[in-house]
Amino acid sequence: MTELDDKSVLSIAEGYRNDPQQLIAALLDIQEASGRSYVDRRWAALAARAMGVPAARVHEILTFYGMFSTVPRGRHVVEVCESAPCLFTGAARLLAWLSELLGVGEGGTTGDGLFTLESAGCCGRCAAAPVVKVGDEAYSVSSLSEAAELLRSFREGDPGAREVLRCSG
Amino acid sequence: MLGVRILTEGADAPDPLSAEGYLARGGYAALRKALDMAPADIVSEVKEAKLLGRGGAAYPAGSKWEQLLGISGAPKHIVCNADEGEPGTFKDRFIMERTPYRLIEGMTIAGLVFGSVTGYIYVRGEYRSVQRKLLAALGNARAAGLLGRGILGSGLDFDIAIVSGAGAYVCGENSALLNSTQGLAGRPRIKPPHLAEVGLFGKPTLVNNVESFANIPPIITMGGRAFLEAGHPESGGTKLVCLSGHVERPGVYEIPLGSVTLRDAVFDPALGGGIRGGRRLKFVHLGGQSGPIVPADRLDTPYSYADLRKAGLAVGSGAVVVMDETVQLLDYLAAVSRFFVRESCGKCTPCRDGNPAALGILRDLSRPGGGAPGALETLRSLSDVMTGASFCGLGRTATVALRSAWKAFPEEFERNADPPRRAASSRANA
Repeated sequence: MTELDDKSVLSIAEGYRNDPQQLIAALLDIQEASGRSYVDRRWAALAARAMGVPAARVHEILTFYGMFSTVPRGRHVVEVCESAPCLFTGAARLLAWLSELLGVGEGGTTGDGLFTLESAGCCGRCAAAPVVKVGDEAYSVSSLSEAAELLRSFREGDPGAREVLRCSG
Repeated sequence: MLGVRILTEGADAPDPLSAEGYLARGGYAALRKALDMAPADIVSEVKEAKLLGRGGAAYPAGSKWEQLLGISGAPKHIVCNADEGEPGTFKDRFIMERTPYRLIEGMTIAGLVFGSVTGYIYVRGEYRSVQRKLLAALGNARAAGLLGRGILGSGLDFDIAIVSGAGAYVCGENSALLNSTQGLAGRPRIKPPHLAEVGLFGKPTLVNNVESFANIPPIITMGGRAFLEAGHPESGGTKLVCLSGHVERPGVYEIPLGSVTLRDAVFDPALGGGIRGGRRLKFVHLGGQSGPIVPADRLDTPYSYADLRKAGLAVGSGAVVVMDETVQLLDYLAAVSRFFVRESCGKCTPCRDGNPAALGILRDLSRPGGGAPGALETLRSLSDVMTGASFCGLGRTATVALRSAWKAFPEEFERNADPPRRAASSRANA
């Protein structure tokens, strides 16, 4: 749960050669590197200055695009897909399981700062519905025990355990 | 007819990210051929192929290419729309993960035609894992001399960069996508001017969907005529269809246009394989959230752009979301509406305020006694205003599903309407 230091923010921007066209990608990287799935407005301002982008535009980008959060969330954002193919094949039940296992409702963050539970638009894995996205990967989960195993694998840092649930193609 | 493989050829190869693998399977025959052709002749092949844009709008790719070829000004930009945000659509992801080099080769041929040196693939932010695979494929292509300077030992220079979105459905609209590619908020632009003339960074620009670009190499190798003949007389080639929902065999299927009916797509054992659990089909949602709802008795239309259009339907993105008899129609439409509430960019009032209002009415109408007096009239008029007065296609088409469902299942709308007002529905459909 380390806070990003200025140097890390600047090196992310530099990784994109401070190209203003890559502002969105840089902000996504900052969000990932934050450890709390958010972009602090101070980091955004720092990156913007380095990339030669006005502060107003950074504010616009952070508020326009749905994937950004300017307040800290959990290390892992758990997003249940709620578009039709998932919703009508058990997404509501999946959300309820995850909510029960995490002890938080939609939008809530667990006390240990590990997980935030959210719902999301389509993540393009409809053939594996219902799916839940954690970080960059989507997982097909169809039972309470699978949901528990998925969370355990993130909690205990055991990526192998969730491989069987991962949507691979 | 099934079994024709144009886009899925090589899609089950064990090494989809290997440039050598693609070359060994005959890849880059199209670019080699194109290098000896005049740009106008390449465009002629695309025109003859009658390739209709595969992103959803079905605009003829050949015409788009011809227009851009006739426009002076440089540089011309090549942009691939990989902002696949349409629920129930996952075929562009399939191409990017399984046959990325066909997309890369297609964009390179576009670069050759328009004298461009840089192409951009705009990939939605939700596909970060796909972006990583594409990045690897681009790197391997560079190492194999398929991107960069002097491609295939010729004088052709072309390279491709990936640009990431960050969660905005509206960026699938091409002008919004270009704004986002420039690092701005992805709001749509006023047109005209057309993007061919004033596109990325104000320069002439070609924007095509992933599947459209992936069709370019086969068009060049087969020839436009043969590509046309593999499909429908008015739209050549095959379509990647995404089956999801309550089918036995959800997934991406390659279907020669016009070769099967919608019903075949759902029930053929080699395709959807019928409805799960032996239940009955209630409806199909076609082409994306902004596409029509098709009841079970209207599925005998051949799956082609022309046939579906004549039937008042549309191929759209290729999404075919199948729902069985257990689904409450108004619950489904509320989910569609909720999607548009989430994704409206807020720029114009009909879309920003119309979608939440429609959602509220749908929720009311889904429970006994819920429909307020005049609810159906209000819903109808909301839909009219959104369709007629929204700024971009997102708002204009947000109630297509609702209107088509209303026609097909009027009783479900009327069930909980305020009783004296029930006649409104039949009037509205008159």
